[in-house]
Amino acid sequence: MNAVLEQVFQVGFLAAIIRIATPLAFATLGEMFSERAGVLNLGIEGIMLLSAMTGFTTASLTGSLWLGILAAIITGALMGALHAVLTVALGLSQHVCGIGVTLFGSGLAYFFYRLVFGQQSVPPSIEGFKPVPIPILSDIPVIGPPIFNQFTLVYLAILAIPISAFLLYRTPWGLSLRMVGENPRAADSAGVSVIGMRFQAVMLGGALMGVAGAFLTMAQFNAFTFGVISGRGWVAIALVVFGRWDPWRSAGAALLFAFVDALQLRLQAAGLGHIPYEIFLMLPFVLTIVAMALMSRNAVAPSALLKPFRREER
Amino acid sequence: MLRLEPRQRTPGWFNLALPFAAIIATLVLCSGLIKMAGASVFQAYGVMLDASFGDTYAVTETLVRATPMIFTGLAVAVAFRAKFWNIGAEGQLLAGAMAGCWVGTFPMAGPLAMLLMAIVGAVAGAAVALIPALLRVKLKVDDVVSSLLLNSIVFYILMALIETVWKDPLSGYPISPPIEDAANLPVLLAGTRLHLGVLVALIAAPVVWFVIARTTLGFKIRVTGENPEAARYGGIGVERIIVLAAILSGALAGLAGVAEVGGVHFQVMSDISPGYGYSGIVIAMLARLNPLGVVPAAIFLAAVMTGAEAMSRATGVPPFLSDVIQGMALLAMLVALLFTAYRIRRRGGAS
Repeated sequence: MNAVLEQVFQVGFLAAIIRIATPLAFATLGEMFSERAGVLNLGIEGIMLLSAMTGFTTASLTGSLWLGILAAIITGALMGALHAVLTVALGLSQHVCGIGVTLFGSGLAYFFYRLVFGQQSVPPSIEGFKPVPIPILSDIPVIGPPIFNQFTLVYLAILAIPISAFLLYRTPWGLSLRMVGENPRAADSAGVSVIGMRFQAVMLGGALMGVAGAFLTMAQFNAFTFGVISGRGWVAIALVVFGRWDPWRSAGAALLFAFVDALQLRLQAAGLGHIPYEIFLMLPFVLTIVAMALMSRNAVAPSALLKPFRREER
Repeated sequence: MLRLEPRQRTPGWFNLALPFAAIIATLVLCSGLIKMAGASVFQAYGVMLDASFGDTYAVTETLVRATPMIFTGLAVAVAFRAKFWNIGAEGQLLAGAMAGCWVGTFPMAGPLAMLLMAIVGAVAGAAVALIPALLRVKLKVDDVVSSLLLNSIVFYILMALIETVWKDPLSGYPISPPIEDAANLPVLLAGTRLHLGVLVALIAAPVVWFVIARTTLGFKIRVTGENPEAARYGGIGVERIIVLAAILSGALAGLAGVAEVGGVHFQVMSDISPGYGYSGIVIAMLARLNPLGVVPAAIFLAAVMTGAEAMSRATGVPPFLSDVIQGMALLAMLVALLFTAYRIRRRGGAS
């Protein structure tokens, strides 16, 4: 047990948690915006992969990391727009379209990566983002270095949580967004454009998923591999449910999962892996299904989730 | 301005025309990618066609590749018919593969081994599908998300197995022990990989079609999917039908895993399925949820996958074109399906 505790409180462990949580936080917030407006986006896995690729490729070709982030944001927003055209404008079934967007996005990512970089035995890498210490705050003992000596994207993720909560709960825009997700008919009567709001939500969500993907290839691994996302999009789907469609709880869920994941990595590295590490990785999915079963009595999911809106049909 | 107007009736020829239109649209759109890669579109598609149907061996390879996807396509078609949104065929396939592989490692007479592998694999797949179905009918838990998340759970169970108890003690590779030679599905055509599972898949499609189209259970599944209120009013136990459809669906997906273990890989590894469960969704939609349509749709995707490798070698176009085609075909088909329910009219025009 002592050895386990030593691993947990070793320098860098907190930093590892925060780095694992960052892409999950972006992805989870992205999915949350989309679902809050009534659109389930199962395209998340493919959107993250494609954005991870475009971000990496842009950075690699131009030498500018921030141009790469911009490319990832644009990619994510465009893929979100594709999902919105199909599910919002055309009213097609969200889950099937989402799987289609994931297959299509993944295919494009593989295709263009191979087209640009060819087949190489060692995947090309870039000089990724460097930690940017925040003066004074990074000198705080224990919590200073892991939280305030991080990538800029980590700070942005931390900021994105209160900003998302503010947008969602404290602005007219957020009210409209929640209305089209709960009761689109009423929103429409109140003069809110259901189609317009849903487009905005899904595109914003896609952009956030894009940043999530780009973080992996431009800060965490500094290279693109076909398995770079490896189910993180599905984790985000689970975390949104587990976090009850709330920015704070969802981000908290991301942090909790990151803790379990980081712990699992530590235990493995220390040769303490008597339990297969897959048990830890499975945990968010198992817990989410259990949570869904427990929550089923009180409806917390956006009421209009999965339901297309057509004005003429009453 | 154009607008969508509900259609009263859908012409019968749409059933065949729509998938073809979607596939042609997909191939035309993807020709842009081939051009971008600097190759000739006709040459690329020509090589693809040749490598997947050019000779007997190519045809058998395409059929072998199509087999798991016929099963998952059928699995999704059955589930979607009952509006049980089974996104979990991938996990059910993996469960079937693990269970089938486990049975196959016991020494016993070949036919018995194969039969038991199929039964246990199908039961394992059905058991996984049962979870989201029961959660939905008992607790009203959304089946889309629960069935999707189960894919990851089953995958990690598989990984845990092959990295611990099943790990190859000699090489240390994360692969399961091979099944007994006697349990290997017999090859039907010498010099190819055409195994018994291919035949079973080709027979399964008309059987499933018969069940859906001509039996009382099939009728109940269809009514439950099309109009649950009417079904309930007509005395159909909608919940029971959803559970039965889930069991049938999961069992079919489980058989996909058994076919891969028994006929192609003879053991379980982490990449035993390159997403055949998700391909099942593409196939079921292309087939318009008709079990008979699943066979050509699966063969089409299989041909694209087998053909893409050869196309890549001959023209330098990345083989991942097949992944793009798969995703785009699904999206194109979904858009095409819109024309069954709606037609485009000019706004303000006479209707």
